[in-house]
Amino acid sequence: MVASEVRALFAVASRPEIVSLAGGMPAVDALPLDAVASPVADLVTSRGSVALQYGSAQGDPELRARICDVMAMEGITDARPDDVVVTVGSQQALDLLTRVFIDPGDVVLTEGPTYVTAINTFAAYQARIVHVSLDEDGLVPESLRETLARLATEGARVKLLYTVPTFQNPAGITLTAARRAQVLEICRRAGVLVVEDNPYGLLSFTGEPVRAMRADAPDGVVYLGSFSKTLAPGLRVGWALAPPPVAARLVLAAESAILSHSMFTQLAVERYLATQPWPEQIKAFREMYRDRRDAMLTALAETMPAGTTWTRPEGGFFVWLTLPPGVDAKAMLPRAIAARVAYVPGTGFYADGSGRNAMRLSYCYPPPARIQEGVRRLAGVLEAEISLRRTFAHEPVIDVPSQ
Amino acid sequence: MTDLGRVLVLAGGLSPEREVSLRSGQRVRDALERIGVDIDLRDVDGSTLPALASDAPAVVIPLLHGTSGEDGTIREVLDLYGLPYVGAMPVACRAAFDKATAKATVGAAGVATPRAVTLPREAFHDLGAATLIDRVVARLGLPLVVKPRSGGSAFGVGFVEEAGQLAEALMGCFGYHDWALIERAVSGVEIAVGVLDAGDGPVALPAVEIQPLAGVYDYAARYTPGATDFHIPARLDDDVLQAAATTAVTAHRVLGLRDFSRTDLIVDAAGVPQFLEVNVAPGLTDTSTWPMGLQAAGLDLAVVWRDLAAAAARRAAG
Repeated sequence: MVASEVRALFAVASRPEIVSLAGGMPAVDALPLDAVASPVADLVTSRGSVALQYGSAQGDPELRARICDVMAMEGITDARPDDVVVTVGSQQALDLLTRVFIDPGDVVLTEGPTYVTAINTFAAYQARIVHVSLDEDGLVPESLRETLARLATEGARVKLLYTVPTFQNPAGITLTAARRAQVLEICRRAGVLVVEDNPYGLLSFTGEPVRAMRADAPDGVVYLGSFSKTLAPGLRVGWALAPPPVAARLVLAAESAILSHSMFTQLAVERYLATQPWPEQIKAFREMYRDRRDAMLTALAETMPAGTTWTRPEGGFFVWLTLPPGVDAKAMLPRAIAARVAYVPGTGFYADGSGRNAMRLSYCYPPPARIQEGVRRLAGVLEAEISLRRTFAHEPVIDVPSQ
Repeated sequence: MTDLGRVLVLAGGLSPEREVSLRSGQRVRDALERIGVDIDLRDVDGSTLPALASDAPAVVIPLLHGTSGEDGTIREVLDLYGLPYVGAMPVACRAAFDKATAKATVGAAGVATPRAVTLPREAFHDLGAATLIDRVVARLGLPLVVKPRSGGSAFGVGFVEEAGQLAEALMGCFGYHDWALIERAVSGVEIAVGVLDAGDGPVALPAVEIQPLAGVYDYAARYTPGATDFHIPARLDDDVLQAAATTAVTAHRVLGLRDFSRTDLIVDAAGVPQFLEVNVAPGLTDTSTWPMGLQAAGLDLAVVWRDLAAAAARRAAG
C-alpha cells in the first residue's frame, strides 16, 4: 500500500464542510433500523446457539435459498442453493474467483472504466488487466472481439471478462439486451468466463429490474450479488452464483481463506428477508436514489460549462462526467477540495492511466440539496480550470494597445 | 499527572495535509500521555473556538500543517484568546511559510539558495504563458522545480527536465496555490535539519539524509514506510554537516522562529548546503525527519514536548 496524494485529499473530503460526490456509500440512514433490529434480536434469543457457532464455508443453506429468490427478480429462475457461495461482500467472491482462476500474467478483460477495487484485486494476483471500450450502450462487442483477436495473436491467456453490466460502477451505464447476447456469445466462443458483478441490479429507476446476463448463460457466467446496496454494507454479505465445478472450487478457496463466514450476519440477513417487507424497502431505496439522480442531472444541466458531457443512469449510484479536452480531473482535485467539493478522478478506474479528463460523481449519499450545491461548486472549479488551461494554451488575453 | 495543566494539541483541519497533521498530533498526544501529561487532541472546526473560550487549556500545541496551520492564522487566533502555545509567532510564521520570502530573508543573511522566480497565475494569463515560460527557462536554466509558493508534503511540486514540461508543472502547482515558485533544481544530497530551542537558544539536531528509493521525495516517498532510506547523521563530511547545522540555525534565527523548526537543504556538488525551505510545524509522524533527528540526538520526544509546553506556559506567565 502506497501513501497517495489523492487519498490524503479524500481525508479532507470526509469532513462535513465538504460535499462529497466521491464515495459510493449507500444511504443506510434511509433503512428503518427497527426492521433490522427486531429480526436480529429474535435471532439471538431463538437461534443464538447456531448464530454464534461456526458455519460452513459455502454459507448458510437457508440464506442461500433466499438468495435464489432475490435473483429470481432479475430473471435467474434456475439457480440452485447448492450453486451459491455466500461471501464477505461480493468483494470476497471476486477475490476468491481471481485466486482460483488467475496465474500471474493471465489476462482479465474489463470495461474501461471499471470498478476500482476490482482493478486492485486483479493487480494483487498479478493479472494483466486489458480494458474493452464502453459506450452509452455498455461494453462494445466489436471492441471485445478485436481485443480478443489481438490477445490471441500475442498468445495471451484470457481467463475472465469482468463486467458490471447494469448501472455500471463508475459510468452508470447499462449494457443493452442485444449487446448482452452478443457479449455472451463472443465469450462463449473464446472460452472466456464472464464474471457478472451486479450489486445495483435491483435499484432500477424504471422499477423494472434488468434481466441478468446469468439468466441466459448458466454455464458461462459467474454472477456476483450483494446485500450492501439493497440492505446494508456493514453486514458484509454477498454471494457468488457459479456453475457447479466453479462453485466447488470457490467453497474450497473460501474454506482456506476464512474457514466460514460470520453465521451471525448471514442469519441476520436471512431473518430480515424472511420477516420484513424487503421488496418494499428496495422500492423506497429506488425512489430515494432516483430523486438524487434527478437532482444531480438537473444541476449538471444547469451549471456545467460547454464541452462537458455526462451519462444518464437509469439506476444505481453513479454519473460519469467527461471534461472538455485537456482538463485533468486529478490535477483539479485539490482546487475542488479547496472549493469544498470532492469527486473521484477518472484515472482510478483504469489500469492503464486513462481517464484523466473524466470523473465519477456519486449521488447516492448526499441529499438532493447538497448534491445541487456540490455540483454548483464543481462547476465553478471547472470554469476556473478551463480558464487555467486556456492560459497555457494561448497568447496574452490583455489587449496590447495599438500605436 | 504533571503540574503543567491541560495541554491541547490542535491537528487536522481542512488543508490537504490533514491526514499528516492528525498523525503528527496523535503521536505527540500519545507520547505526552505516556509520561502523565493531561492532554487532549482536537480537530479544528467550527466548534473549536467556543471550546477554547469555555474550557481554556493551559497550553496549546498547534500541529496543523499547511495553510492556516503554518501561515500564522491559528496562532493569531490563539493570541486573540490569550492562550500560550508552542512554536513561532504569527509574523514569523508568515515569513517562513512563504517560500519566496523565506528564501529572500535567509539568502540576505548570506545563506546559499537556488536561483528562483515567483510568479502568480495571473501573470501567465495576462502576459502570455508561452513567452513568460521561455524567459523563465532562459533565465534560470534547466532542470527546474516548481512549487506552490507555500504548503508542504510536496503537494503540487513538479520536476521539469525539459522546457516543454513547465506548463504542465505550473498547472499542477496552481492546484494548490495561486503563486508558483520556480526554482533551479540543484542535484546533490537532500537533507533535513531540525532545530530545537530548549531554552538556551536554537540548536541544530543531527542532519537526516533523505534518499527516496524511487528517486523523488514526493508524497508517497514521504509517508509510505520503507519508500525512503534515511541516514542519520547524513553521510557528509564533518565540515559540511557543521555548515548545514549553522544554516538551519541561521534560518531559524533570521526568520524569528521559536521553539522548533525544520530546514530542508540540498548539499550541492561543491559541498555547499543550499537552503530550500523552512517549516514552522514540521511533520512529527513515524516517517518524519524532525523526530528522527531528535532521537539521534538522544532526546525523548515526550520529554522535549513536555518541556516546550512548560516553557510556553512560563512565557505567557511573563
